[in-house]
Amino acid sequence: MADIVLDKVTKRYPDGYEAVREMSLTIEDGEFVILVGPSGCGKSTALRMIAGLEDISEGELRIGDNVVNDKAPKDRDIAMVFQNYALYPHMTVRENMGFALKLAKTDKGEIDKKVTEAAKILDLEQHLDRRPANLSGGQRQRVAMGRAIVRDPAAFLMDEPLSNLDAKLRVQMRTEVSRIQKNLGTTTVYVTHDQTEAMTLGDRVAVMRSGVLQQVGSPMDLYNSPKNLFVAGFIGSPAMNFMPAKLAGDTLKLPMVDVQLSDELRGAASGGEGKQLIAGIRPEDFEDSSLVGEAAHRGATFNAKIDLVESMGSELYVHFTTSSDEKIESEELRELAEDSGAGEVPGGGQEGQIVARLDPTSKATQGEELELWLDSTKIKLFDPGDGRSLTATGDTDGQPVATEGQGPAGRDPASEPGEQRDE
Amino acid sequence: MHTARERVLWSIGILVVLLYALIPVVWITSLSLKTPDQVGDKKFFSGISFENYEVVFSDDTFIAALINSLGIAAIATLISIVLAAMAAYALSRLEFAGKAVILSGALAVAMFPPISVVGSLFDMWRAIGLYDTWPGLIIPYMTFTLPLAIYTLSAFFREIPWELEQAAQVDGATPFQAFRKIIVPLAAPGVFTASILVFIFAWNDFIFANTLTSTDAARTVPAALAFFTGASQFEQPIGAVSAAAVVVTVPIIIMVLIFQRRIVAGLTAGAVKG
Repeated sequence: MADIVLDKVTKRYPDGYEAVREMSLTIEDGEFVILVGPSGCGKSTALRMIAGLEDISEGELRIGDNVVNDKAPKDRDIAMVFQNYALYPHMTVRENMGFALKLAKTDKGEIDKKVTEAAKILDLEQHLDRRPANLSGGQRQRVAMGRAIVRDPAAFLMDEPLSNLDAKLRVQMRTEVSRIQKNLGTTTVYVTHDQTEAMTLGDRVAVMRSGVLQQVGSPMDLYNSPKNLFVAGFIGSPAMNFMPAKLAGDTLKLPMVDVQLSDELRGAASGGEGKQLIAGIRPEDFEDSSLVGEAAHRGATFNAKIDLVESMGSELYVHFTTSSDEKIESEELRELAEDSGAGEVPGGGQEGQIVARLDPTSKATQGEELELWLDSTKIKLFDPGDGRSLTATGDTDGQPVATEGQGPAGRDPASEPGEQRDE
Repeated sequence: MHTARERVLWSIGILVVLLYALIPVVWITSLSLKTPDQVGDKKFFSGISFENYEVVFSDDTFIAALINSLGIAAIATLISIVLAAMAAYALSRLEFAGKAVILSGALAVAMFPPISVVGSLFDMWRAIGLYDTWPGLIIPYMTFTLPLAIYTLSAFFREIPWELEQAAQVDGATPFQAFRKIIVPLAAPGVFTASILVFIFAWNDFIFANTLTSTDAARTVPAALAFFTGASQFEQPIGAVSAAAVVVTVPIIIMVLIFQRRIVAGLTAGAVKG
């Protein structure tokens, strides 16, 4: 058990390309931290630097109290689960799991005991004498986990361990990974590009983009107060809707409606008076206006022609288009759009797709007009220049969550602090 | 499914290839089983006589040659494979300056016709005392087979996912342990393939063996056969030479049969998600 500290860690390749730039992150003992971001954002490189499979160009990496920059992987007391499992095909499951202990010259009886124990946790007891080739994908994945567990290392490093499983198994294994980590209480760094995994698994999530750490915080923290456009667009599914907006007094002009801003939001956005802004609204902050009830006063209603209704049973996803003459460019959004198709900002006369999540009792029908309501207290405002959020709160960069519920909790707007983020 | 017509054509094709490949073997085996008077009878089968084999095995020169052949080929194979494995591993895993030069240099060595170096080797070996010794043959065999072995092995090493090695490193293996316990066992089919090729080269070589040896001290079977006289100087040693040729073939067949069982495709199946 140990904490892991990255202190301005940089990875620079000989051609000058920086895969990871001055990354500082403290992972507490026993904590489960997720590194998430689109492909090529440097998250795997960061993990491999912790593992010792990549050299660190600059900065310092500490595991426990030891600086491990120049230590070989075998001297770092870490176990790693690889994306493709990397099981040794010429060894049985038992030999695979016991390989590390055998290398460490552990007593044979001890190895047997530990392997059997791990096999029990992972439900692999009947498969101990089979070879990886004869196992299903899920079983192989569990053997890879087992290989890490028997070591009882200072930290687990996992590089997209679930991405090769089919959707159903992935959900199942996700719970499993979470349960095992909680039981063992081993410090874990988990890399994924899947924001759902990031949201559901981690104590804290670190979002990366182009080698730079964007924001670190609890999943709800990232969801409710993203520090910039990139985090806002990356976390959440369906993604946050972005649209051009303009502030005039206490009114925010959105493409579909002008909304009256709450005091908190107005305070936060005071610097943006008269400027072009980007507004972000999550799909669930829309509702069919006939179903809103008493919350109606904190929002605005508008009519929209419904292009598409997707019914999930428990909820409806309603797509509609807006158009605006304002043209907005943002590099972060372009990158998001390339990665996932999300984050398109309508502008320059273009039409923009908006997704709203409605109650399943809504009568929304494709091709018809519907009166929609939007929660004006939940609007996020961003500076289009640098993508910075004007409405995000707190600064949790690199710091572990001190106490539960310190960040904005839940979706209750009353508890969402609205002071401007100090830079 | 194959139609009847396709099956017939395939059968004919296979038969032709088999006949082409096996008739010389059958012929030499049949010759080796004939007595001296039957040798010219132009028949495939005219009784079984082990007289020729007795002659061959009572000949000290042949026994010595057989031992030389086995020893020299085995040692040359061992050294060549060990060196080639290490070189191939470096070539397939590391990026370093001059990698391309080394690879093309190795290829250039393989392209050298042995006949073009054998004359100068003869002089050199005599000058430094390697003439007519085991090392005198092992060194050129090793040299000429290394490029082939390196190429074969690096192709196999490249197929092994790099993650396996990294997993071993994280599991606490030193680079050498990872190489020995993970990479080499997984590349076993490649190691065996390369071993067979190297062994056959050394076993079959005639040019070096004939030029660089002069006595039983190091003369190998192919060279010894050329000096074969048979039971007496007054009869044609055809039967005895045939018997010797059959005897020489047997180790190769055994070797291929043993190693072939190890050259199983898909040994790496299941390592990574497939």
